[in-house]
Amino acid sequence: MAAGPDRVTGIEHAFREEWGAVVATLARRLGDLQAAEDATAEAFAAASVAWARDGVPPNPGGWLTVTAWRKAVDTYRATGRSTAVNPTILNEVTEKPEETVMPEPLGDDRLGLAFACCHPALAVEARVALTLRFVAGLTTRDIAAAFVVPEATLAQRLVRAKRKIRETGIRFTVPSSPAHLAERLSSVRMVVYLVFNEGFAASAGAALVRDDLCDEAIWLGRLLRSLLPADPETAGLLALMLLHSSRRAARLAPDGRPVPLAEQDRALWNRMLIEEGSRVLDDALKLHSPGPFQLQAAIVALHASAGSYESTDWPQIALLYRALARLDPSPVVEVNRAVAVGMADGPLAGLAVLAPVLASGALSEYAPLHAAHGFLLDKAGDSERARGAWGRAAETSGNSALRDELLRRHEID
Amino acid sequence: MKYALLIYTETSGEEYHQITTGLRQPGAAQGAWTDYTRAAREAGVLAGAEQLAHSETATTMRYTDGPPLITDGPYLETKEHLLGFYLVDVDDLDAALDWARQMPVHPGQMVEVRAVLSGMPWQQALTE
Repeated sequence: MAAGPDRVTGIEHAFREEWGAVVATLARRLGDLQAAEDATAEAFAAASVAWARDGVPPNPGGWLTVTAWRKAVDTYRATGRSTAVNPTILNEVTEKPEETVMPEPLGDDRLGLAFACCHPALAVEARVALTLRFVAGLTTRDIAAAFVVPEATLAQRLVRAKRKIRETGIRFTVPSSPAHLAERLSSVRMVVYLVFNEGFAASAGAALVRDDLCDEAIWLGRLLRSLLPADPETAGLLALMLLHSSRRAARLAPDGRPVPLAEQDRALWNRMLIEEGSRVLDDALKLHSPGPFQLQAAIVALHASAGSYESTDWPQIALLYRALARLDPSPVVEVNRAVAVGMADGPLAGLAVLAPVLASGALSEYAPLHAAHGFLLDKAGDSERARGAWGRAAETSGNSALRDELLRRHEID
Repeated sequence: MKYALLIYTETSGEEYHQITTGLRQPGAAQGAWTDYTRAAREAGVLAGAEQLAHSETATTMRYTDGPPLITDGPYLETKEHLLGFYLVDVDDLDAALDWARQMPVHPGQMVEVRAVLSGMPWQQALTE
């Protein structure tokens, strides 16, 4: 991801979308991502010559797909490379090369590609790299920069993952059985949200790069939603990312210090993103099939519509966290619920929710647990124990800006 | 495409011996593995299946400059031993994972799914 806040321009994305669509069609036909990528690269190189000479053809996407397909056929004929894939393709290529037909693009080629890139048989880091490379169309260099790993490391990761897809028979198709579809789709959503969080949680690298990751994740979320308009959790994921994103400008002070939600300048929140996110969420909720992404988006939407921290609809947020805990039980959800309950029903009620989490020790290295503890103790007037909790929060925080801020605020040396 | 479904278990040599001896007694109950095997065969995906003697009974040949050295025991001493495998011929990884998912394995056991390579020159000799 190169420099400049306007990097993600319409033209660049249009170009990448075209590239991704061609790769997707070729990958489905060839069963081989590497071959699809090589042929697509050749087609784009050919386009830069032919289009400069003859002008842009009336259907650039079709031109690129046909050209890439011919390049792939040429390669198969020249190298006799055999694959474990679709035998009808090989027959077509080897038996009647002159009549090689243009691959029929399917509406869900890109979805099939996303499903292959996010197959649970691949390591999570490989899924993330494949998705950004082939579904979002980023370059290897861009992805390496975003995740602060050497380009060679990332390239190697992609090579290994592509080989696994080819050799183990991972197909570029959308699973047909509902049970498989649900399982695989949840991996696709998880990968997209992971990309978003890597950008949003600012765990490493320069701030600009992180912002770009959020944008890529939102772009992927929009693509997924356009391909799966009837899936409520896919809409919930997009809504959640849009609503979180609306606060981006208010999350950091001009000097780079993190600003907690309670103190953020709500005028800096992006109204367009809030509106869009709320609209997408409403559409999802109309389908009456709530899931973790929709519930989280609903929580963020309540924050986004509140005039201040105090006037937020905390009882409703506490209920939503309770519903979330039922669907997807985790001590992290309980930490968030404790704060909401503390705001709705008073700090002692919040501390009661937090007590079992503290006692279990499961999150003893999780800074937000100690911050929530400190926050509730402060509200309960127990400033001495609160200081201890804030100290633990600072100790366990992985982010240096956040740690410094906690130490400064609570006057801990 | 063929896949090997490799079944690993932590059972010790002694336990394994007792279990397998019991299963071979006349009148021993037909188990879930019989049903599984029949289902795979009737679905037309079964290309082979074998159950192995415990790795404790393995003999390992070590090849050096001189004549191969025969040693008692497996190549790798591990807690888990390869109990056996099914060879299934299905369309893709998802189908192979489905057959692995249906195996009547016990908690703690593991099934490793490995694709089988095709198009190797030596494989022509299999069907000559």
